[in-house]
Amino acid sequence: MKEIKLSINNQKIVVPAGTTILEAAKEVGVHIPTLCYHPDQAIKANCRVCVVEVKGSRKLSAACSTPVWEGMEVITTSKKVLDSQKGVVELLIASHNQDCLNCQRNGTCELQNLAERFNIGKTNLDIDILTLPIDDGNPSIVRDPSKCIKCNRCVETCSKTQGVDVLTHAHRSDQYIISTPYNLPLGSTLCTFCGQCSAVCPVGAIVEKDNTEQVFEAIENQKKHVICQVAPAIRTALGDAFGLDDGAIVTGQMVNALKQLGFDKVFDTNFTADLTIIEEGNELIDRITNGGTLPMITSCSPGWINYVEGKYDHLLDHLSTCKSPQQMFGALSKSYYAEKMGIDPKDICTVSIMPCTAKKFEAQRDEMNTNGVRDVDVVLTTRELAKMIKMTGIDFEVLQEKEFDSPFGIGTGAAVIFGATGGVMEAALRTVYEVVVGEPMPSIDFEPARGLQGIKEADVDLNGTVVKVAVAHGLSNAKIVMDMIDKGECPYAFIEIMACPGGCVGGGGQPINTTMATKSKRIESTYKIDKEKLQYRKSHENPAINKLYEEYLEKPLGHKSHELLHTHYHPRDKKIGNIKLK
Amino acid sequence: MGSVTETKFEVLNDELASKIDKILSENAYDSTKLVGILLDVQDVVPKKYVPMDVAAYVAAKLNIPLTGVYDVITFYASLSEKPRADHVINLCKSIVCKTNNYMDLQKSLEKFLGIKVGEATEDGKFALEYSACFGACDVAPAIKIDQDVYGKLTDEKLIEIINSYR
Ligand code: SF4
Ligand code: SF4
Ligand code: SF4
Ligand code: FES
Ligand code: FES
Repeated sequence: MKEIKLSINNQKIVVPAGTTILEAAKEVGVHIPTLCYHPDQAIKANCRVCVVEVKGSRKLSAACSTPVWEGMEVITTSKKVLDSQKGVVELLIASHNQDCLNCQRNGTCELQNLAERFNIGKTNLDIDILTLPIDDGNPSIVRDPSKCIKCNRCVETCSKTQGVDVLTHAHRSDQYIISTPYNLPLGSTLCTFCGQCSAVCPVGAIVEKDNTEQVFEAIENQKKHVICQVAPAIRTALGDAFGLDDGAIVTGQMVNALKQLGFDKVFDTNFTADLTIIEEGNELIDRITNGGTLPMITSCSPGWINYVEGKYDHLLDHLSTCKSPQQMFGALSKSYYAEKMGIDPKDICTVSIMPCTAKKFEAQRDEMNTNGVRDVDVVLTTRELAKMIKMTGIDFEVLQEKEFDSPFGIGTGAAVIFGATGGVMEAALRTVYEVVVGEPMPSIDFEPARGLQGIKEADVDLNGTVVKVAVAHGLSNAKIVMDMIDKGECPYAFIEIMACPGGCVGGGGQPINTTMATKSKRIESTYKIDKEKLQYRKSHENPAINKLYEEYLEKPLGHKSHELLHTHYHPRDKKIGNIKLK
Repeated sequence: MGSVTETKFEVLNDELASKIDKILSENAYDSTKLVGILLDVQDVVPKKYVPMDVAAYVAAKLNIPLTGVYDVITFYASLSEKPRADHVINLCKSIVCKTNNYMDLQKSLEKFLGIKVGEATEDGKFALEYSACFGACDVAPAIKIDQDVYGKLTDEKLIEIINSYR
């Protein structure tokens, strides 16, 4: 590739052609401030906070969008540059609802960081804040337009990455805002509550709904037996919130912290991920052998379920009827576990720790109850758990490793890889292959399902019958697959779909600053846990699962399973964004 | 902390739908002509605006996202997302009017009309809206009622002018 020589603050550097000033500066250790820039997104160049001086040009240049050229001389340290950058931040703050002390992003906010960097306390400019109501009318996401800096990152995520398209820029000049159509509350649009917008927002304008107080209260309540389950994708992500290396494996420290927070039992969602594989694997075999609806599509990602119920409500029969691992856990906690422990299900409070804001919505669905008792009572995101740990002064880094409690403490490698895109597919195949063929897969590592490619496909030979499978992550990729089914052009028998890019390791509730690079690290760690850290790697080898069937459920797809572990789907209410044409 | 409440604008009926279909087919269902289409559509809707269900209908028929349609409706001052009134009063908020205290004028207007900017009077006579500079800077702060421009107003004069539209 062509190489370009340039200098930044008189330091010489050689970079490949096409590199931007911003990227080149990073190479020499100069961090130019940014706001609208996001490493995984298209260049927007709308905020102008990244301006720098280029010798020979009279106007300042935006570093995020200006490619370097041969002999370019860049200055990032002059008074002129600093005054301009500072001016941009000051202007933003003048129209910003400065409420840092009450703000969920206090400490992780890019605007606040820049205010600190430029030493901006109070501004002399007239304060002029657009007052639009806060939208907190859904279980997952809160939008506060008074904190929005209009960077358009959320708009790109919602429209391009997710293809859901419920956020847009609207109006113009000083009325310019980020909005839903007709400023509808998100709950009245086809928003999937995936939370990807909240994960890319640089400030506190879109955040997860905070349920931490509810958990502190439940733990304080002596009458409640409070238990928690932790999703597979938390153990490789939580460390980020405490400044550990990307993808650090912190399973034991996390369990320790949860025990200190006062949960009566700390369980692993991996247990019910294994259970999901047993039920879903058998459902797939049943559909293939008995002429059921194919392709069958996985159902563990609630953002995906919201999407398909909204946009493809005539294809709901393709969804596996299995509840997600979170909800299977909830149902068992209020039935099997309650009976075993001799506790009234009403006195059990089941909390889940999830990488996902849509899980909050899923837990509140009408059908997700067991004999009238909620399966899952409260859902916390990774970010909220980190907040509780910080609030209680637990020093995460020095924590000793602790083990999950039984009976829901054993999970296999097949369960842990649920956290990465392709993981559910691979886990299912490890079991389905063995059930159908009668011997293990040639290689337990099913490479075609792995990696960050948007749609992955593979052929699996099941005793002479070649079954085509596919994996999609990110809802815009889901759309491509769904359109194939819609047109009758889908060659697959089994499809895994995850709403979030990268799978749950990239969930909308994961620590702030999760980029594609971070997700890769988490995925690496996920497969490392599968390969090196666990005794069992196939769901059907999980001894605790086998015991559960013996003691309680009897057999996969049996009567009890159907009652507790399976669900049904329904078209979303006729929302305005979903007008159906005759 | 207030919550967002849902505004319901259910205006679309079979008659209106067939009028919209006609406009769409005259434009060959070409979404690059969206602005023109919306102006024509707005013209056949009572109170001259593009309600939510109408916008969703147009979006679905043109196979484009509703977000894009909404963006266009709010971008152009000649398109409205809210029911308008018989007369639209535009209050300039641009730089010259700003330095000439348009806020005082706004206060007077809001007092006389009994509404805030962005609202319409109950009798449907007047709507009050902000606007960008319409070239009356020499008489700033300025207003525009429908197509007529007025500036340098005293309270008495303002009442007189408004009453002349009743
Ligand atoms: S968004 Fe950032 S700057 Fe604004 S109130 Fe929250 S923490 Fe403070
Ligand atoms: S939660 Fe997902 S679907 Fe909803 S607005 Fe955000 S990105 Fe779009
Ligand atoms: S809500 Fe956040 S991500 Fe979206 S435009 Fe505003 S500041 Fe940017
Ligand atoms: S970061 Fe360069 S213009 Fe916003
Ligand atoms: S600035 Fe108000 S009319 Fe020009």
